[in-house]
Amino acid sequence: MRDVAVVGFAQRQMSHFDGSPTMVELLVPLFAELWEQTGWSKDDIGFWCSGSSDYLAGRSFSFVSAVDAIGTLPPVNESHVEMDAAWALYEAWVKIQTGEVDAALVYGFGKSSAGLLRRVLALQLDPYVLTPLWPDTVSIAALQARLGLEAGRWSEEDLAAVVAGSRSAATANPYALLSGETSVDKLLAEPMFSDPLRKHDCAPVTDGAAAIVIAAGDRARSVCERPAWITGYEHRTDGQNLSLRDLSRAPSVAGAASRLDLAGVDVAELHAPFSHQELLLREELGLDDSVSVNPSGGPLAGNPMFSAGLIRIGEAARRIQDGTAGKVLAHATSGPALQQNLLCVMSGTSTGGGN
Amino acid sequence: MTATSDTTPSRVLSAPLQVAFDYTRSTGLVLGAFMTGLRERRILAARTSDGRVVVPPVEYDPVTHAAVSADDLVEVGATGTVVTWTWVSEPVPGQPLDEPFAFALVTLDGATAPMLHAVKADGPQSLQTGMQVSAVWSDQPQGHITDIQYFEPTGEARGGSPAAASAGSPDAPEGVTQVITPVELDYIYEASPEESAFFRAIAEGRLVGQRCPKCQKVYIPPRGACPVDGVPTAEEVELPDSGIVTTFCIVNVPFLGQKIKPPYVSAYILLEGADIAFLHLILGIPADEVRMGMKVRAVWKPREEWGTTVENISHFEPTGEPDADYESYRAHL
Repeated sequence: MRDVAVVGFAQRQMSHFDGSPTMVELLVPLFAELWEQTGWSKDDIGFWCSGSSDYLAGRSFSFVSAVDAIGTLPPVNESHVEMDAAWALYEAWVKIQTGEVDAALVYGFGKSSAGLLRRVLALQLDPYVLTPLWPDTVSIAALQARLGLEAGRWSEEDLAAVVAGSRSAATANPYALLSGETSVDKLLAEPMFSDPLRKHDCAPVTDGAAAIVIAAGDRARSVCERPAWITGYEHRTDGQNLSLRDLSRAPSVAGAASRLDLAGVDVAELHAPFSHQELLLREELGLDDSVSVNPSGGPLAGNPMFSAGLIRIGEAARRIQDGTAGKVLAHATSGPALQQNLLCVMSGTSTGGGN
Repeated sequence: MTATSDTTPSRVLSAPLQVAFDYTRSTGLVLGAFMTGLRERRILAARTSDGRVVVPPVEYDPVTHAAVSADDLVEVGATGTVVTWTWVSEPVPGQPLDEPFAFALVTLDGATAPMLHAVKADGPQSLQTGMQVSAVWSDQPQGHITDIQYFEPTGEARGGSPAAASAGSPDAPEGVTQVITPVELDYIYEASPEESAFFRAIAEGRLVGQRCPKCQKVYIPPRGACPVDGVPTAEEVELPDSGIVTTFCIVNVPFLGQKIKPPYVSAYILLEGADIAFLHLILGIPADEVRMGMKVRAVWKPREEWGTTVENISHFEPTGEPDADYESYRAHL
């Protein structure tokens, strides 16, 4: 395997982006930030990959319009996934492993506020027996939350503690939508939204975009003092049939984790858009209290669709680059109730796999 | 879509946008049998190789991945037990009830895996895991998952009992082979700041493009970033309403919503000073006389009909000037 590292990361998060759903206006300055971080230009990038959804944009081929932000003369080597851009980064990592390219730029964008997000996401469900009932994403997450509550795996206090922890950690994150000190008691005094979930148990509807540059071996070393080397990258999915899934579990997380060495992880950025899912993920991953979970505040502080997973990788990589962590784990999810899951382990030292 | 002014001043124009489509799907044999069952107020389940009884039935066995036969489906009860539930305090359009209700996973009597559906109740205080609920059927089942309108706490269930019709009876209708699911999505569509400038100008009868600071190319409508260089386009350039036809096609095929009687010409028009052509109509000349390189000018609608839309220009028509040389526009083809 080639050594590949994250060498650049830029993000934007906001409650409402007043611009086009292709978000070209947001991507151009993001890319400019990456050129500043790396000293590179688009000519140094061998492969481009994005994650976005036309259902979110309300227009067809929005990702094709977004390509305007790259500047495509001469033509570029480009791909797209209708998933969180964390999976686009996986595709780029594989592309570099093939030896065909040495550096890639990956971006995700989504204007969640253009429609009614929890309703739009019902279109990711089975089109025969589920979508016609329009089960919204919050309701499905709430069904999952209650299973764990009634099985005694977590309590309402535990959920509130996750939220309070997120708000507190997010005070140090300039991109967070929700931050500040609060308390479990204060949170539990709030009314139910989708019983047993309160609004603060659900990630806020967030517009935004993010981009990451990864590069192989010496290319990475040449532009970054302390590259975040990807030492493990796995993704799995559970079935799409909600009747057949044990919703209180995420076997795909445990399955992906079983192929990775998580020993010694200092920091984990977990893509848990609902408070109970952070607890569920910790269980599936076997993380103990020595691991700092979501020091950025995580998705409960801001969850831009199609880039929030990529942001987890960027935030985790940042801890390697600034020297505050030696080994980090990033998680991304797509689909209802943690159906699809991706894990990326990064380290300050490369595996020695070579260029 | 046409852009219309928002009520509050904003840097961008916005307009409501509805994306609507009736998804017509073939059911296949297993789901077809399930839907046919629903039409008869019967609920059919699949028996999987690991002994589970699953509603709605799966088409492929989750363990062996072998195809499930529609002949092997088994009927389960229309009452069941709530496994987990949530109270939907703010329903969204299309959900089974438009007043607050519960979504629940319900394991039907005779089944071992739960199905997701709605439960109608007075409030979250009336819901409890383990409670018994019964299906409330639509008055006129069509062979669709919504034939079960919702579930109700058992004892309150109304609606029809299983219909007498059974497969094989002489007047039994054909089995269900497709389902139609209407999907309507509502958005507020916002134009980019550059597009907004374009639409605001055209509402005043002006055509405004933007120049790339790097390659100097002029784009109309402006795009926010030069697709060649990937840099923001800032400098505004006002363009005349005349130009040339680069390429065109003659529309002969009638289609739904067509406003002009075929044959007519849809053409790429390159305005003088622009580097990218845009699509518009050519009228005022027989379709078979339209030529590449032909010089054309915009025909505007009466001013009182103008809005923030390209439809302010009714169409383009020939100016009568000599055609442009092929070499002058070949780079734009």
